[in-house]
Amino acid sequence: MASGNLGLTYGGQEKTPSLSGETEFAAEAGAPGGLFHADYKRHDDLKQMLDSSKDSLKLEAMKRIIGMVAKGRDASDLFPAVVKNVVSKNIEVKKLVYVYLVRYAEEQQDLALLSISTFQRALKDPNQLIRASALRVLSSIRVPVIVPIMMLAIRDSVSDMSPYVRKTAAHAIPKLYDLDPEQKDELVMVIERLLSDQTTLVVGSAVMAFEQVCPERTDLIHKNFRKLCAVLVDVEEWGQVIIIGMLTRYARTQFTDPNINGTSHSQKDKPFYEDSEEDDEKSKQRESLALDSDHRLLLRNTKPLLQSRNSSVVMAVAQLYHHLAPKEDVAVVTRALIRLLRSHREVQTVVLNSIASMSVNRKDMFEPFLKNFFVRNTDATQIKLLKLEILTNLANESNITFILREFQTYISSQDRDLVAATIQAIGRCAAGIKEVTDTCLSGLIALLSNSDELVVAESVVVIKKLLQTQQGSHGDIVGQMARLVNRITVPQARAAILWLVGEHCEKKRVSKMAPDVLRFMARSFANEPLSCACRTPSKLKCYANMSLAWRNMIKIMISEIVYAFCVISFSRQRNKQFLLNMQKKIFLASKPPPVIESVFKDRDEFQLGSLSHYLNSRVVGYMDLPSFPAVAPDSSVRNVESPRPTIPVASVPGNSAGTSSKGKKMEAFYSESSSEDEERNEESGSSDSKSDSSSETESGSAASDSDASTSDEEDDDDSINISQQNIVRLSPSLSPSPPSHRLTRSLVIQSSSESQYSSNSSDSDSSISDTPEKVSPRMPLAVPKSNLDLLLDLDVSESVTTPVMASIPGIPFASLATTPNSDSSIQPASAVYISTRPMELVSSVSSGCSLQILYRYSRSVNLYSASMVTIELTLINTGNEDLAEIKIANKNMPVGISMHEFTTLASLPAGATRLVTLGIDFGDSTQTVSCDLVASGRPIRINFRPSVGELIRPVTCSEGVFINEQGKLKGMNEHSFPITNMSELGDVKNISAKLFRASNMASISSSEQNTLRFAGQTLSSKSLVLVTIMIGANPKLTVCCEKMIIGSMLLAELKEALKN
Amino acid sequence: MIHSLFVINHSGDVFMEKHWRSIIPRTVMDYFFEAQRQVVKDNKGHEDVPCVIATPHHYLISIYHNSLYFVAVCMSEVPPLFVIEFLHTVVDILEKYFSECNETNIKEHYVVVYELLDEVLDNGYPLATEPNILQELIKPPNIIGNLINTVTGKSNVSSVLPSGQLSNVPWRRADVKYTNNEAYFDIVEEVDAIIDKTGSTVFAEIAGKIECCVRLSGTPDLTLSFINPRLMDDVSLHPCVRLKRWENERILSFVPPDGSFCLMTYHVGCQSAVAIPIYIRHNFFLPKENSQSQTGKIEITVGPRQTMGRVVENLQLSIPMPKFVLNCTVSVNQGRATFDPVTKILFWDVGKIDPTKLPNMRGQIHIQSGAVVLQSTPSVNVQFTLSQTAISGLKVHRLDMFGENYKPFKGVKYLTKAGNFQIQNHIPLPDTEQVFVVGERYFAFLKAMDSMQRNLRDKMRTVSYMERLKVRTGQDKLRTGICGLHAHI
Repeated sequence: MASGNLGLTYGGQEKTPSLSGETEFAAEAGAPGGLFHADYKRHDDLKQMLDSSKDSLKLEAMKRIIGMVAKGRDASDLFPAVVKNVVSKNIEVKKLVYVYLVRYAEEQQDLALLSISTFQRALKDPNQLIRASALRVLSSIRVPVIVPIMMLAIRDSVSDMSPYVRKTAAHAIPKLYDLDPEQKDELVMVIERLLSDQTTLVVGSAVMAFEQVCPERTDLIHKNFRKLCAVLVDVEEWGQVIIIGMLTRYARTQFTDPNINGTSHSQKDKPFYEDSEEDDEKSKQRESLALDSDHRLLLRNTKPLLQSRNSSVVMAVAQLYHHLAPKEDVAVVTRALIRLLRSHREVQTVVLNSIASMSVNRKDMFEPFLKNFFVRNTDATQIKLLKLEILTNLANESNITFILREFQTYISSQDRDLVAATIQAIGRCAAGIKEVTDTCLSGLIALLSNSDELVVAESVVVIKKLLQTQQGSHGDIVGQMARLVNRITVPQARAAILWLVGEHCEKKRVSKMAPDVLRFMARSFANEPLSCACRTPSKLKCYANMSLAWRNMIKIMISEIVYAFCVISFSRQRNKQFLLNMQKKIFLASKPPPVIESVFKDRDEFQLGSLSHYLNSRVVGYMDLPSFPAVAPDSSVRNVESPRPTIPVASVPGNSAGTSSKGKKMEAFYSESSSEDEERNEESGSSDSKSDSSSETESGSAASDSDASTSDEEDDDDSINISQQNIVRLSPSLSPSPPSHRLTRSLVIQSSSESQYSSNSSDSDSSISDTPEKVSPRMPLAVPKSNLDLLLDLDVSESVTTPVMASIPGIPFASLATTPNSDSSIQPASAVYISTRPMELVSSVSSGCSLQILYRYSRSVNLYSASMVTIELTLINTGNEDLAEIKIANKNMPVGISMHEFTTLASLPAGATRLVTLGIDFGDSTQTVSCDLVASGRPIRINFRPSVGELIRPVTCSEGVFINEQGKLKGMNEHSFPITNMSELGDVKNISAKLFRASNMASISSSEQNTLRFAGQTLSSKSLVLVTIMIGANPKLTVCCEKMIIGSMLLAELKEALKN
Repeated sequence: MIHSLFVINHSGDVFMEKHWRSIIPRTVMDYFFEAQRQVVKDNKGHEDVPCVIATPHHYLISIYHNSLYFVAVCMSEVPPLFVIEFLHTVVDILEKYFSECNETNIKEHYVVVYELLDEVLDNGYPLATEPNILQELIKPPNIIGNLINTVTGKSNVSSVLPSGQLSNVPWRRADVKYTNNEAYFDIVEEVDAIIDKTGSTVFAEIAGKIECCVRLSGTPDLTLSFINPRLMDDVSLHPCVRLKRWENERILSFVPPDGSFCLMTYHVGCQSAVAIPIYIRHNFFLPKENSQSQTGKIEITVGPRQTMGRVVENLQLSIPMPKFVLNCTVSVNQGRATFDPVTKILFWDVGKIDPTKLPNMRGQIHIQSGAVVLQSTPSVNVQFTLSQTAISGLKVHRLDMFGENYKPFKGVKYLTKAGNFQIQNHIPLPDTEQVFVVGERYFAFLKAMDSMQRNLRDKMRTVSYMERLKVRTGQDKLRTGICGLHAHI
């Protein structure tokens, strides 16, 4: 293939002994012939290097090839040689080959297919970076044959553990859509899944995919709306822009116009509601409740982004406010926009453009910042003109003198364009503000005597326009201008003067001069440009009946003009005839006065800050901003899933009706779609607790209360309860939800996703009712893949067996992250059981210095590193002497184990007790970690040997995910043993309590009655640990974990725990 | 989104191209070159090339930086600022990598640049733009690194994903270790002002920024508080700053990226009075329009005003002269003055202001013979610095570090600079300096004259009055009008 290609291109060339590739590379700009020689030789060279066994040579060759690609030179004939190296072990070579492949795969599709299997293998690589880049390249190869493979890869990757891979998958979706729009339906399902991802890294890209593939599917946004609002601050900048853009459109379809209330609302809506009383009430209610709470949420959560360093984010927020906010709120964006004016020139241009458009209708917003729009001589011309435009828009009676003085400076500027624009701006001010019309006019007249012809000409045109709009006699001005006719050479200006003379020729001062002007014009008539020539006779109309001689002359002129017109328009003969007949009508028609106004007046049709708005023309792919609906669609569609993170329902005035209906909905929803669970709940005693304080703060939904009764542990274990409340109080935003809520939520989530799948284009009511039971939420992943098997030899069942990473909400950033609740795959949870009783580590006797040390596993996320086990040490000084300087020393850790020590205690007085926290990363091993604790210079040896149950942190996921993950961990990874003492164990409650005590895991809601499921994750390697307990006839405990040792050890521990 | 990127140098060569979606032929750049030529034809600067150009099928969005054009090609609706901001981000990244983003550096590091471009954008949508992350993915080139790479055959591409991508601190790389832990904060303020001829401030505001260079091990959590944070009217913050705390307490609380970055920019608006540290007295006299003389005069004196006890340093004045000026011969009592006949800029590098002996410049302006002398007004652009002071009075209260145990070395530096500081120079206009007033008066004369048309003596009187006015103001504004009157008499 390669040689064939070569032969085609360079077959005739003969090889010349030439310089080495290196020097040729530098001397690239030779004669064309020489270049071909060089290319030929070099390519040969490169091929040899690529075929060599040395990585360094390959790398060198690839670097040079990429250099060629970067310069835009053709390197396609190297394709076969390069593509072979896709299997290279050297990561950089591989990467460069990827880059090359993406560039040329389209041209050489057959050969590109050879590399596909490599990517498929890489898609299962344990390294997430490799998985991600494989997916990126695979999806960037624009070869239609691989569409099914891409589809499969994307589908697998959206459920990948690594958010980075999921992000890449989101990027791949539009690529696939471009390649094959037929796949849309399937892609929409994938997007839906991604949209519900709660990792901030993924959300932006997911919305981007949504915008590219299915922007019309607003129904997908409903349940994610509040989550998107909440996480917006933490999304990366580019994602923010996309999300805000999307939300603007969304809000336009969902909320009513906030500005309609004050003015025309009542009139507009009355006849509409007249007939029914009920509706009337509704409208009243709406009036009292000015803004929908979600609408307000959106506005409030976007506001902090005005302080972003990224100008496009600021602009996005500004346009959102411009299009959505009530009038009085829009002003908050002004300062931020003004700030952008200090940014790069290009940014300034775009921002000024938007401000110019906004300032037409929102004068008061920018008026206080008038001075910021003063032109500087260092500005680019475009910016100067925009500033001038804004100044003119902002001019009013109070600031006009100020502005005019500024204009005056510009007139003497060296920039011709600015001068011309300034004169026009003065004209506009004069026309707009009656108070200054005369001043401006006289100012303009003064300019007529300027030495610069451009200034004079421009003034003439503007004066003409002004006089046209003004009533009254201006004979003297016209006379003055008529005198300029022979001095001015600019055609427009001459035409303007002539027009004025014509219009005013009956006035006394003008009447005397008009014949002279006409005589003068007649002389030079033949040489006049068309625009000017046309005006000559037409506007001397009144005067045409004065003397016969003149009339003849005018006639000649007219026919001359008509002829000139005909030259321009092609069908000469007919036109000429027509025009000659019509001459009187054409030339003597009176002209309506021009309207002098901003060119930015009509830009409102485009969304502010969009490319279309900037260019003032419709750009490909521009989506019109929908106009507000007269009646807001049901807002409860957004309630379905997540609790409101920021707005407690109670704080919204007049929303009580809405809340109650919401509650009703929720109930109906539960009773229908998850009756099975409900039953179970009832069995376990639904009457326990009605009002749980934490539940109210958690999820504002009425239904959650009744479901909260599942919290079985509440009664029998006080410590749990306490710890829960503590957690809730400390950081509600982090929402380490108590188990009861987690259960509830996962139910909600599951069923909501069901309904979403079953009826996608739904409005709320239909989607909630009559949903068939139990459609698996994993459905999109379970679509048959038969047609792919021809191309792939990959076994789907063993697809992703890679070490996994889940996002860890680091505690230090709790204030930043308002972690939303979402139904996506696997997320960390808080500990269910926390032991309050510390155990003795070193007794006061054995320490030798009357220091007693107790320890306790606090089972909380370590502040220092998420992979550390947090151990709380209680130091008690039982002696009579103070202990000084207590610290950890001499910690020789084995490989893979690290410790984060507590800060040194300066002293421990006699009898005092101190709590300190240690973090130890055991590296998923149960090796004993020992170190010295030094107190008053005396070392005390302490050893930690953790139980496996403490090396795990709890995670939650949906049942579907659980089963799926469990399916991957079969065989060697699965350990089980039959439970023999089932009768002693008692009920389900008791079993779970035992398990929680022994290991730090979270329970997963289960749809099967006699199966208990628990999930956790090892701290260091983040491998999933899944525990299942079957209760039925053959009670069995199963532990699945990728780390076999952990699995077997945990099994042993649990066995022990259940026995006791 | 962004389909392709072309990098174009001053002479109009596309020397780098990168396609993220389908390949767009270079010919699309012809539209750009066309615009470029137009600008040159109109005698304008390079920054006057429109930043958005619509072609029949593509939209070219460009930025101009360091005599390079970065042109992004888009094919569908996209917020123009999004693209512009992205291109600037690319430039910033390249600057971080090669210290300066110019043609030589890009050409020298083609492969690194290409790899970077491949990493920052996926399918035309930004993927990873945080410098900290990128530097972990692709190691910045340095001489030692290059040597090692050539010897060992190792690459500068990382094989593992930077941990920052996955954590809640996507802007900071993990496992940072320094032997000397230090954090430096530079508070740089720029004064933007327009001063009119009489020395009164037309417009002034302060734009400040806090540049940090933080080299701290581990994951430090810093808080920076100010004595007078209310001064700041409007701020923009690096993503690392916790917005909530800033809004509530006006404290900057953040986990910094590693290395140098801009923590915040702020703005002290024109509402609060800005102390202008210098004054400039200047006079230009251009020869009258009809006079035979071909020389004008120039005279400038500079002095300190409100400097808060600091010395004004690095004072530079540049005066763009009108096109018809041939040369300037000036003598200065301090510094060095030069005139560039091509750009027509009179440049005076003054240096420090010594309050006892004020810098002063005087000399002659030579006009091209036969050129039309327009009464245009050169304005003076000023540059200066005041070290160790922030002119707004902003002061850092304290800097605390949490989350780590070591004691870092902390440093704060203040600096004031002139930003866009210019002194306008109107032509000395009659009396009130207002064309409009004169115009109005003139207008009134015309009206009056109209009514008195029959009385020749009145007319004569009017003319003589206007003649007097003309003499007194030394202006030709009224000439045409007077001529007109003469004609009537």
